[in-house]
Amino acid sequence: MTPLKAWGGRERPPRAVVGSQVSRDEEMFGAAFDRHVIRRFFAYVYPYRRRLYAAMAALLLFTGAQLAIPLIIRHAIDHAIIPAGGDASLLWLVVLAFFAAILLNYGASFVQDWIVSRTGEEVIFDLRRAMFVHLQYVAMAFMDKTEVGRMMSRLQGDVYSLQEFLENSITALGDLVLLFGIVAIMLWLDFQLGLLTLSVVPVLLFVRLIWLPRARAAFRRARETNSIANGALAEGIHAVRTVQGMRRESVNFELYDEKATENLNAHLRSAQYAQVMVPIVDTLTGAAWGVVIVVGGALVLDDALDIGVMVAFLFYVQRFFDPIRSLTIQYSVMQRAMASGQRIFEVLDVPLAINDRPDAIAPENVEGRIEFRGVTFGYEKNQPVLRDLNFTIEPGETVALVGPTGSGKTSTTALLHRFYDVWEGAILLDGRDVRDYAAAALGRHIAMVLQDPFLFTGTIRENIRFRTTGASDRDVERAARIVGAHDFIMRWPDGYDTVLEQGGGNLSLGQRQLLSFARALVADARVLVLDEATANIDSYTERQIQIGLTALLEGRTGIVIAHRLATVRDVDRIIVLQEGRIVETGTHHELIARKGLYARLYALNYTSFDDLPEDLMEEAAGATARS
Amino acid sequence: MATMDTQPNGAASGNGADRPPEKKVYARAYAGMDIDKDRDATDDLAVLWRIFKLAARQRFRLVLGAVATVIAATFQLMIPQYLGDAVDGAVGLLESGALSDEAALDYLYGTALILLGVSTLRGLFTLTHNYCGETLGHHLAYRLRMAFYDKLQYLNFSFHDRVHTGELITRGMLDLEGVRSFMNMGVLRVLLFLILVGVGAYRLLSTDVFLGFLSLSFVPFVAWRSTTVRLKLREMWFALQERMGVLGRIMDENLTGIRVVRAFGAEPYELDKYQGASDHALALAERRIRTRVSSTTAMNFAFFAAMGLVLWVGGSRVINGYMTVGTLTEFLTFMTILQQPVRQLGMVVNAFARASTCGSRLFAVLDLEAPIRDREDAGPLEVTGGVLEFEDVSFAYPGEGSPPILEGVSFRVERGRTLGIVGPPGSGKSTIAHLLPRYYDVTGGRITVDGQDIRDVTLESLRRAVRVVQQDPFLFTSSLENNIAYGDPWADDAAIEGSAATAQIDGFIDQLPERYETLVGERGVSLSGGQKQRVAIARTAMLRPAVLVLDDSMAAIDAGTEQRIREALGEHTANCATLIVSHRLGALRHADEILFIENGRIVERGTHDELVALRGRYAALFALQTLDGPLQDIVDLAAEAGVREASDT
Ligand SMILES: Nc1ncnc2c1ncn2[C@@H]1O[C@H](COP(=O)(O)OP(=O)(O)OP(=O)(O)O)[C@@H](O)[C@H]1O
Ligand SMILES: Nc1ncnc2c1ncn2[C@@H]1O[C@H](COP(=O)(O)OP(=O)(O)OP(=O)(O)O)[C@@H](O)[C@H]1O
Ligand SMILES: [Mg+2]
Repeated sequence: MTPLKAWGGRERPPRAVVGSQVSRDEEMFGAAFDRHVIRRFFAYVYPYRRRLYAAMAALLLFTGAQLAIPLIIRHAIDHAIIPAGGDASLLWLVVLAFFAAILLNYGASFVQDWIVSRTGEEVIFDLRRAMFVHLQYVAMAFMDKTEVGRMMSRLQGDVYSLQEFLENSITALGDLVLLFGIVAIMLWLDFQLGLLTLSVVPVLLFVRLIWLPRARAAFRRARETNSIANGALAEGIHAVRTVQGMRRESVNFELYDEKATENLNAHLRSAQYAQVMVPIVDTLTGAAWGVVIVVGGALVLDDALDIGVMVAFLFYVQRFFDPIRSLTIQYSVMQRAMASGQRIFEVLDVPLAINDRPDAIAPENVEGRIEFRGVTFGYEKNQPVLRDLNFTIEPGETVALVGPTGSGKTSTTALLHRFYDVWEGAILLDGRDVRDYAAAALGRHIAMVLQDPFLFTGTIRENIRFRTTGASDRDVERAARIVGAHDFIMRWPDGYDTVLEQGGGNLSLGQRQLLSFARALVADARVLVLDEATANIDSYTERQIQIGLTALLEGRTGIVIAHRLATVRDVDRIIVLQEGRIVETGTHHELIARKGLYARLYALNYTSFDDLPEDLMEEAAGATARS
Repeated sequence: MATMDTQPNGAASGNGADRPPEKKVYARAYAGMDIDKDRDATDDLAVLWRIFKLAARQRFRLVLGAVATVIAATFQLMIPQYLGDAVDGAVGLLESGALSDEAALDYLYGTALILLGVSTLRGLFTLTHNYCGETLGHHLAYRLRMAFYDKLQYLNFSFHDRVHTGELITRGMLDLEGVRSFMNMGVLRVLLFLILVGVGAYRLLSTDVFLGFLSLSFVPFVAWRSTTVRLKLREMWFALQERMGVLGRIMDENLTGIRVVRAFGAEPYELDKYQGASDHALALAERRIRTRVSSTTAMNFAFFAAMGLVLWVGGSRVINGYMTVGTLTEFLTFMTILQQPVRQLGMVVNAFARASTCGSRLFAVLDLEAPIRDREDAGPLEVTGGVLEFEDVSFAYPGEGSPPILEGVSFRVERGRTLGIVGPPGSGKSTIAHLLPRYYDVTGGRITVDGQDIRDVTLESLRRAVRVVQQDPFLFTSSLENNIAYGDPWADDAAIEGSAATAQIDGFIDQLPERYETLVGERGVSLSGGQKQRVAIARTAMLRPAVLVLDDSMAAIDAGTEQRIREALGEHTANCATLIVSHRLGALRHADEILFIENGRIVERGTHDELVALRGRYAALFALQTLDGPLQDIVDLAAEAGVREASDT
């Protein structure tokens, strides 16, 4: 590897990558035929089988017509044109037959092409939909580990390989029929000449045998480098603000150039392999013609062969290599399809780890009693994040979770929503394990404001309303008023109909948080979870929200997570977490009086640090050291 | 840097706004996309010409490809003649010219050899033609790829605010493919076709005018059909590409926001949304298929019909003795030679339509100029005293009728000093942070560093001197180490560990099995909110800026950790001007000056003590964060201070 310009003459390569998330699964190329994949795929084709039968029938007709055309010409020459003086009326008939054949050809090829292309398109839409639906319900742990870009390339790229495969397998069928048809007709017309003409085929097969493995490797490389370069591009676009802020443009450009150049070279190479077969096939075509001319010509001179047969042979030779050519292309199409199929079905096979039980319940109303009973949980084996968590929240109670960063607060709420399954213990809603509830029911009864506000492209109104499609415009406005978003929304000329740019890019982070807050309020759930819902909002606005919330939270269960302890001062009970354990619980005053972790955190929150006695500082530092 | 001509294009006016309103969100959400130019037909040819010119940069390859195409076509045209000769030879018609059987056989041998030679040569030149065509496409794609990447890195925030990332990715991937196939599938193939038809026409017409006309009778139909279909397909490609973009965006947002979707049990809602977009795209795809299929089969039929006419008329002529069988064969084989190109014509037409669609979508981006760029005479920023100054700055985000965000903001921060900024959401705090590195340009007043207007210095030097820790940091799917060293890829391990320590994330990293090599999931999903923010701080702590901005970048960090980070940063901040945006007032307590921003104006300013004594908005905030009093007291205090009496009406 030659040093990049970006190295700036330095010895060491930069500690820099672009698009490092090279899909590992690009390497999954393997056999051209995988029975498992085919079977799974055909399940998606099956609903369209009637249509496809029709297409196949049309295909046979179409191929038949193709095969017939030289025969008709031959007939015209031998019987209508050559015999002394010719036979004009017969010529008429033959020409009629010709037109019948091409009409058939026209109709059949229309039907076949249209059905196949359409079905191919529909099948991929089905397949994509199946994947998308499946992804809605797979385990969150899987989604955490999977890059969106990779999923997208399956949803948008791999499906096309299967479409191509479907379309090609039908044409391949036609090619096969055509090939055998030509061979049969040639042998039938004149066995000897036919055999001699076909003698070029083994040569072709031999050349193909040598060519195939190399070409395949080259094609594969081209595809791989394509997705590498595209991955890097996607990352560059997503991260563009950071790139500009960190002045990484030129380094990234060089690194990207490396990938793009690799891609270019791989493509040049595969173009070489693809094209090298052209002159070989052409030479063989020439050779076959030569055989027909010399041998056939001699036979004609001896009156052992009709001239029309020779003409027909010349035509057939020309058509003969087309199916062979496309059939070998077929191989790489299949190989690609199998790899894509594996990737797609891999997604479809991801177990719905937290599947709804068949007898899952979806009650209309819940009371909102939440209980964590001996809950232990972690993301990685042997690294528990929550350890033996026990607490109960009564309906109507508001409880705060506080603790140093990384202590497991967000994880606790994620479990409540059954994003993940607990290792040990159970989480109960109204005394029933959350696993007994249908996922949709949990979503309806537990509304959440997530730590990272995420907004969708669409209007503000649509974002606040989200899935609560029953909410009226007044409900939306009321929620917006409670969180104090109404004022800034109305400042736009379109008000609630203002279209948000991607992810709410035209909003400040605090405003995004307010909208995501309003979204949770509109959902009108019994349980409201606020994970740092006001972290990026000033205390005054926050206080106003709290005043509005008091009425709203009446009788509902609330869980509040906050680092700004002033936020949680007035809740009914505070649970202090540290390293996934509960270290203290109580009201604000009780905890202050206890002078434990909470009291220290609280003191740190607002006190000027040099005012604090040294030992208290150390204690606090010790308490919050683990992160 | 990539070499691309980026002619500013006057036609880049918006077409998004006047599209008819659609009732679904995913359709309407596109209204913001105004980067596409008008798509009338004249534009279409201009785009194709531009693609061609770009590819023609590789003159040698292009000329070679064109020459090879001509030669390949010539050889191909010779074939029917020899085949015809062979047939005539075989039929022994040459006997009448007193040719013996042996002579006829010799003649056949000769013809066969010539045919073999011609076929081989045709093959070789076809190889050259195809190879040149394809590689021209690949080189073109490479250059466009680099130019696109470069352009995206270079375009301002205001562009990226406006255009969805999914949209850009689609352009960089699918549209690039569309342009790539144009040289081979489009240009050279058309050349081949023209030569075959043109030369063939000449030859056939000179052999037999009437039959010649008959065998070419399909050409006008095909020409007409392919032109009209091309335009129709182009429209469809545009529509389909756009729909697929919408579908892609729905999927992308769904997967990115999967937590929100799950938390609300919104799966059915999302599926509905998806289904709507999917049905729409499918309907378009089917329309496109029908157009394509019906035109290709019709063109094929026209071709075969011409062949039938030749057979009929030619046959009659042979019967009547006006013509030899060989000549008829020549006519017929000539037509079969055209069969392949006619069949491919559908693809060629498609390639043209696609290339002009995709090309115009790519060029729409490539032609954009970043309004914020170096001035011609810009020199590097010279940091001497390290004084940052806002002089009566006002600002509004780009876009028609966008409201003023900042008005009359003035302040001054010196090296080693800290300015604190507080204010309600949307008051313009982050905007101040965005103006400093010129992510956006001020619309009034000026910003200076050591007396130099930041618009007069190079972006490179400015952004090196001014570093912002963003409010919501972006982490890369890569190791922690690469993430921390993002801004300084040559940093050594000690430096990385040092800044991890500054950001108080070293303890966490040390207890990970793979320490600094640990992969961070996409956008840092496997980190807690506070851990993410600390990685972002470590990333900036690597660099030694003259101006450091912490934009509310510790909101998810507990106060204890925050305090330790601030102490560790002290060594850095002693040497730079620091701006801290924070909602936690403890963090601002020692700031040399604190600004309270509301609706883009500074409404209170002073030190902590001064502001508390003022008993205004800041004091109310402070009271809320510190006092233990009952709720009502605090509200009273705030009311007394007259906080936002205006905006609460
Ligand atoms: N999806 C995930 N995969 C793997 N590990 C994770 C994941 N999410 C969180 N963790 C780890 O689990 C621990 C607890 O994270 P959690 O988000 O629950 O903390 P938190 O208390 O909410 O912290 P913060 O206040 O910083 O948001 C952290 O060490 C974090 O690195
Ligand atoms: N990219 C943008 N395009 C258009 N308008 C924007 C953009 N970014 C922010 N705004 C608008 O500018 C105003 C100020 O936003 P800014 O991000 O500066 O607020 P902020 O004070 O940082 O708020 P927060 O405390 O919520 O972070 C808001 O009304 C917001 O809607
Ligand atoms: Mg968290």
